[in-house]
Amino acid sequence: MATFSTIVRKVTAHRGLTLGLVLLAAIFAMAIFAPLIAPFDPYDQDLSRRLIPPFWSPKANPAHWLGTDNLGRDYLSRLIYGARISLLIGFAVMLISGLIGTLLGLIAGYFGGKTDLFITFLITTRLAIPVVLVALAVVAMIGGSLTVVILVLGLLKWDRIAVVMRAATQQVRSLDYVAAAEAAGASVPRIILREVLPNVFPQLVVVATVEAASAILLEAALSFLGLGVQPPLPSWGLMIAEAKTMMFFAFWMIAIPGTLLAILVFAINLVGDGLRDVIVPKGRG
Amino acid sequence: MLGYCLKRLGTAFLVALFVSVLSFVLLRMSGDIAIAIAGEGAQSADIELVRKTYGLDRPLIVQYLDWLGQAARGNFGESLYFKSPVMGIIADKIGTTIILSLTSLAFALAIGIPLGVLSAVYQGGLVDRISLAVAVTGQALPNFFFALVLIMLFSVKLRWLPVSGSGTWAHFVLPTIALGYYITPPFMRIVRAGMVDALEMDFVRTARAKGLSKARVVLKHALSNALVPVVALAGVQLGLLLGGSIVIETIFALDGLGYLAYQSITHKDFPVTQAILLMLSVAYVLLTLTADLINAWIDPRISVR
Repeated sequence: MATFSTIVRKVTAHRGLTLGLVLLAAIFAMAIFAPLIAPFDPYDQDLSRRLIPPFWSPKANPAHWLGTDNLGRDYLSRLIYGARISLLIGFAVMLISGLIGTLLGLIAGYFGGKTDLFITFLITTRLAIPVVLVALAVVAMIGGSLTVVILVLGLLKWDRIAVVMRAATQQVRSLDYVAAAEAAGASVPRIILREVLPNVFPQLVVVATVEAASAILLEAALSFLGLGVQPPLPSWGLMIAEAKTMMFFAFWMIAIPGTLLAILVFAINLVGDGLRDVIVPKGRG
Repeated sequence: MLGYCLKRLGTAFLVALFVSVLSFVLLRMSGDIAIAIAGEGAQSADIELVRKTYGLDRPLIVQYLDWLGQAARGNFGESLYFKSPVMGIIADKIGTTIILSLTSLAFALAIGIPLGVLSAVYQGGLVDRISLAVAVTGQALPNFFFALVLIMLFSVKLRWLPVSGSGTWAHFVLPTIALGYYITPPFMRIVRAGMVDALEMDFVRTARAKGLSKARVVLKHALSNALVPVVALAGVQLGLLLGGSIVIETIFALDGLGYLAYQSITHKDFPVTQAILLMLSVAYVLLTLTADLINAWIDPRISVR
């Protein structure tokens, strides 16, 4: 077992992982301290201050560093609060899909045989269903909200986690310490929780990280299409949709939230790839 | 080999059947269809009449079997919004989506394979680094944002290509890039990894020792091995493209199945949504099945596993 200091050394030696963690920490800080950093209330409309351009324009207003949107809301403040929505989506979806995927993967990988066939069938079926289409349809039916988007994506996006957990469990299952635990008469739940799960945990962390990034992108796409998080919430995807009618003369209103989304996903992917190098045992990626 | 094919076929059939149940249930969850057909503000007598005419008063399982039987014969009922047979509407639009999927796949292969090969041959070199940057960016950029950037650059600033619509080949260029770029990184990665492995194999070293030129060894011996997993990946990615086309076609107002799916969802046109959902899922099942069978044919070791 690697000690804490060797892990720290490995992390700081890995340039991609360090960069990813720094970027991610910055976005986290932005989300947590949003009320302290944001200069204005992100929901505060002021129609007399509509569409003020950002600081590089000669018509800029020093109070609104990144200008205002078509309802006169401070753009910088909305961007800062938007980080909360993306991170919440990433975490919550990861939690739900991680739970479903891990459970299915552990059971399929541990028991094998008919159980494995059945769960593999579930995974194959899930893969055949287009996520975007079903998510859009369900949101259109029951109405869009942060909770609905989280639930829909969480219930749809467990497939990759299940695939990875199944393969990892199959590998660990054949190892001596599992056989030893079985011989010692340990119960199946105990073996799965105490022997298998800790040993497949690194793979779980890696795949769940990557899935969180994909959930963030999906929420942004759903919100962009108007069937995700609803106004006036400052979701970055929704902000791009709201700015679309003005894209020909105010493209920065699309470029900034779009770039922030890309940076967030880039950071999470860097962390995922880095963790694979650092914490997953060799030959088990 | 035959046993493997039959097993794969059987699974594919079961998956397709299960998906049909799911898409039927999804439609029924969406509320009372009789009200949707009769229109808002309809009298309860009218709703009852609709319920009887459309057979909505029968048990669910009977309705499902009837729907499935009709669907198998290509009859998906009538669109609530367009007031015409669903199958006719889909037949009008499906060509656009098939063209877009194929051009996007071609785009991804045309970029992914050469960059994958070059970055494996010159590991750590300039091309390898550029490919990595291309892959990392492709995975991080939201595809709808990338599409808007393309529109801004090529349609608004340079005025080379139309902003939206679907009349000519020029309308397909930007959607192809937007959709194709998004599936390029997986191809690049799998070709690079396959080439790195293949270049270290004995038969490649033998070929080099025989005095064959480096280019010949790389292209003929190593690449033909590295391309095997690309077939399976192409099947999966083509299936994903069909789903991804919803976002891209909507942005470019490209009149295909994806845009139709989006319209049907916003108009609450359930029969159309349901038909597209079933068709996309079955298409995915068939594509992965084909890819698996081609793979088993190229590499007989697979069917024994």
